[in-house]
Amino acid sequence: MASLRDKLRALALIGALAGLAMAPAMAGQATPAKGKGDKCVEDTDYMRRNHMELLKHHRDKTMHQGIRTTRHSLKGCVECHASAKTGSVAASKDDFCAACHAYAAVKVDCWDCHATKPKAAQAAVPGLSALQSGGQTQ
Amino acid sequence: MSEQNRTENTDRRDFLKVSAGMAGLAVAPGVLLYGISAHGRAPDEPASAKVRWGMLIDTSKCADGCDECTTACASENGLSGATGPQDSQWIRKMHIKNLQTGAEHNVPMLCQHCENPPCVDVCPTGASMKRADGIVLVDRHICIGCRYCMMACPYKARSFVHEPLAEQNPEVPRGKGCVESCTFCVQRVDRDETPACVEACNKDGHMAIQFGDLNDPDSAIAKAMKAYATTEVRADLGLNTGVRYQGI
Ligand code: SF4
Ligand code: SF4
Repeated sequence: MASLRDKLRALALIGALAGLAMAPAMAGQATPAKGKGDKCVEDTDYMRRNHMELLKHHRDKTMHQGIRTTRHSLKGCVECHASAKTGSVAASKDDFCAACHAYAAVKVDCWDCHATKPKAAQAAVPGLSALQSGGQTQ
Repeated sequence: MSEQNRTENTDRRDFLKVSAGMAGLAVAPGVLLYGISAHGRAPDEPASAKVRWGMLIDTSKCADGCDECTTACASENGLSGATGPQDSQWIRKMHIKNLQTGAEHNVPMLCQHCENPPCVDVCPTGASMKRADGIVLVDRHICIGCRYCMMACPYKARSFVHEPLAEQNPEVPRGKGCVESCTFCVQRVDRDETPACVEACNKDGHMAIQFGDLNDPDSAIAKAMKAYATTEVRADLGLNTGVRYQGI
């Protein structure tokens, strides 16, 4: 028979889980759609906090130096995270970028200029895809 | 540095003046590097000053009624293709006529990718910039849309985006409130392709536009510029343009 302590611990765990599940639901958070690949280019926790830094760093390198690695490129994010429903990362409130940004009330202007959808039939760039699978950190 | 080499013609208002002279000699400043090719630069390798991208346009081969280059530019870069006063045009096909001799020419005009670009000089934010390999770009992340560069450009090469845009080419981000101009299709150049206009003109059999590395003496463009007299439009301004013309 489980001890009282064990029961309490289990109860606490259930409560915590319920709390976690409830809080976003109550605040109206949509669950961001899952990306296409197995995992993101960096750990999810790291990405949650630092994706903007990675993107900014990469954008400057691409813009000013012509460095076109794909690992931290916004285009790469869009290709993987565009939702099955809209084909976009920001067309509906459930789409990947829009969902979290609405929840966190952080307005971004990326999509004023950047495409929110991957290019339909974009020809593969041999050098780039090879580099991406090689896990180049840029 | 092209100061001594330029043919002096003092009529500054004479736009599109033919001042061929020796300007071609000054186009590749700095050290000429033999045997080092720009081509096949790895994606993680920055653009290098060993390369200077340039274009040579033979106006005698630019056909009447053809719009291959402007159409290809619009579809590559997601422009509407419209030519109204508020529409972005990165390359314009101009028709010029010498009133004295009656000689007529088709002249595709685009950003001349100046070595000493006035647009970069005047930009208050650093958004207008020249890449190491000579390609002049606007960093839209920084551009505040003041349009100072548009006024400074002697070639009227820049456009301002007035309306919100959607469905951009993922490789060519562009949007309202920023100035833009020809990028030499930098997204293509970075993967060792030629600009869309060059490809379209060649595909159509006109072969009026050549693109290549002006610093590489073995490149077709450098050889052509060594063999023929070429023209820098408004050479009097001393901008040392990366785009040169033949036949005007
Ligand atoms: S042609 Fe105009 S926009 Fe292009 S580099 Fe020269 S000044 Fe700048
Ligand atoms: S419009 Fe943009 S690129 Fe042009 S001068 Fe102003 S800030 Fe610079």
